[in-house]
Amino acid sequence: MDGWLLFEIVLAGVGTGGLYALTGLAFVLIYKATRVVNIAIGEMLMIGAYVFFAFAAGMGLPIWLAIPAALAVSAAFGALVERTVIRPMLGESPISSFMVTVGLGSVLVGLVELVWTADQQRLPEFLPTKHIAIGEALVSPKIFHGFWIAVLLIVTVLLIFRFWRGGVALRATASDQAAAYSVGIDVPRVFSLSWMAAAAIAGVAGIVVGSIGGISSAMGVFGLSVLVVVIFGGLDSVLGALVGGIFVGIVESLTGFYAGTEYKLLATFILLVLILMVRPYGLFGTHEIERL
Amino acid sequence: MRIGSAKQSYAADAALFDSRPQQAWALLGLLALAAFPFFAGEYWLYLACLVSINVASAMGLNILTGYTGLVSLGQAAFMGLGAYTAAILQLRYGTPLLLNLFCGGLVATAAGVLVGLPSLRVKGLYLAIATIAAGVLAHFLFSHLPALTGGPSGLSVPPARLFGIELDTSARLYWVIVPITLLLLLGAANLFRTRIGRAFIAIRDRDISAEVLGIPLLRYKLLSFAISSFYAGIAGGLFAYFFRAVTPESFPLLMSIFFLAAVIVGGMGTVLGSVLGAVFMTLVPELLKLVVSALPLGGNATLVLSPVRTIVFGALIIVFLIFEPLGLAEMWRRTRRAFHLWPFRT
Repeated sequence: MDGWLLFEIVLAGVGTGGLYALTGLAFVLIYKATRVVNIAIGEMLMIGAYVFFAFAAGMGLPIWLAIPAALAVSAAFGALVERTVIRPMLGESPISSFMVTVGLGSVLVGLVELVWTADQQRLPEFLPTKHIAIGEALVSPKIFHGFWIAVLLIVTVLLIFRFWRGGVALRATASDQAAAYSVGIDVPRVFSLSWMAAAAIAGVAGIVVGSIGGISSAMGVFGLSVLVVVIFGGLDSVLGALVGGIFVGIVESLTGFYAGTEYKLLATFILLVLILMVRPYGLFGTHEIERL
Repeated sequence: MRIGSAKQSYAADAALFDSRPQQAWALLGLLALAAFPFFAGEYWLYLACLVSINVASAMGLNILTGYTGLVSLGQAAFMGLGAYTAAILQLRYGTPLLLNLFCGGLVATAAGVLVGLPSLRVKGLYLAIATIAAGVLAHFLFSHLPALTGGPSGLSVPPARLFGIELDTSARLYWVIVPITLLLLLGAANLFRTRIGRAFIAIRDRDISAEVLGIPLLRYKLLSFAISSFYAGIAGGLFAYFFRAVTPESFPLLMSIFFLAAVIVGGMGTVLGSVLGAVFMTLVPELLKLVVSALPLGGNATLVLSPVRTIVFGALIIVFLIFEPLGLAEMWRRTRRAFHLWPFRT
């Protein structure tokens, strides 16, 4: 019986881990293409959730229309951000563009609080509410459905990377910008594309996270855990984001159960400090060698 | 046009205030600061103290981020440590004010060195994220050691006493806070005329080259962390005496971002920048308060204020990074140059 309990907790962790992995994927996408460490990823996720909220609850659109609309707005928003604040920082030191995203996060939090106030809101229910049983372990329906949505999206994105022209262009840009230019890839457009795609992916994650735990202007905290996830897996590794996401999800779920919810973030950040001490480039990240 | 400021000795060239007009201005500034409490009202004194505390902390962060090139998002956590140390010493043992502040600084220094330890292996952004971890851990400590820190409700600090005078108003605290900040600023300005400060700058510009030149990286990076968090600790102690309450929520991540913003807006790697940035960033919310209350919003004004402030913080960081990466200090320098070269243009 105890085994089943443990299994249940781990499953819940894998469920949240799927969402971490998804958001981590968005982060890695931006990092690989533009070398920007986007600390505002949690806030972009929040924007996705709030736009969905505006469409579904504010304007009363049906869910099947509200989700694509929210994703389209998120993507447009990603493009806007890239064009207005990231593009001018091209060629600046990575620390400068990092701090631009710090500013961006602050602006987004402020915007959300200005428009929707800082109070917690509930997204309209759209996921089935029946509990799922795997053996004797019960999984919360929202987490279960959130998980398969995340998995589905991750697989789609990976397939797109593998086979679509744009995806190949993106990978080419990530591996060598100059070479990508010289074979005729429109690199600035790839930058735009990566931010749009990342914003849309983060939007999906936001909608799912929001429907599990409600939305509020403090949702960006989710982004802190995602930072840990990508550092754990390696900033430029898609595989790392996936493994890291699941792992951090399980760690949080276990600490949440055995120690208490308030220890979750603590455990995540202790994990971060450990990984920085032992393997600063993450599990699967590229170890950059510096030349003088 | 200013002419004839040729230096005849190396000492004159390296002087802190290298020309007569500059010395005169510095003296005038000091006199103005000393005269300020006799003319200003309670509100302005309150602001002066707040600005002064923020200047001290921003200066600390600038030593670390602007001069040594190590980005930190943990400044608020170090301030928190300083504030809690000072508050606990004051509450439990009633030790004298200056000792408490100093101890606060030392505790923050120790924490800073601890946080700085990964800085040899990880750089830049990784380090910034590691310092976020420091913030999270500090917040956890503050709220989960109720015996020491009073838990989530925090501690309330009795007014400080100095030479038998109870420092319970901004007007009285002014005489403690502003001189301490001035001392810290003087210390920082002098630091960069010494070997240590120069080593920091070398590390910022290219750390591997610095190491090749014989600067032990770990030692100097830790030293930079230590000095920076010492400043933060002192500022935190002043914060505790000024607000007379410390809670875990007093030192959120947003506060660290505030200081980073102040350093960026002011100008990274200049003492003047830390001052200008902290003054500017502290006064902007007050200005916003005026603007927002002037807008026809009715009862919503207070509700709108806090989000607008958050937006303006973020927007200032972005705008300055894109359009004026060297910050207010550079604008100031340009203005000064324009005056010096007056009939001519650069």
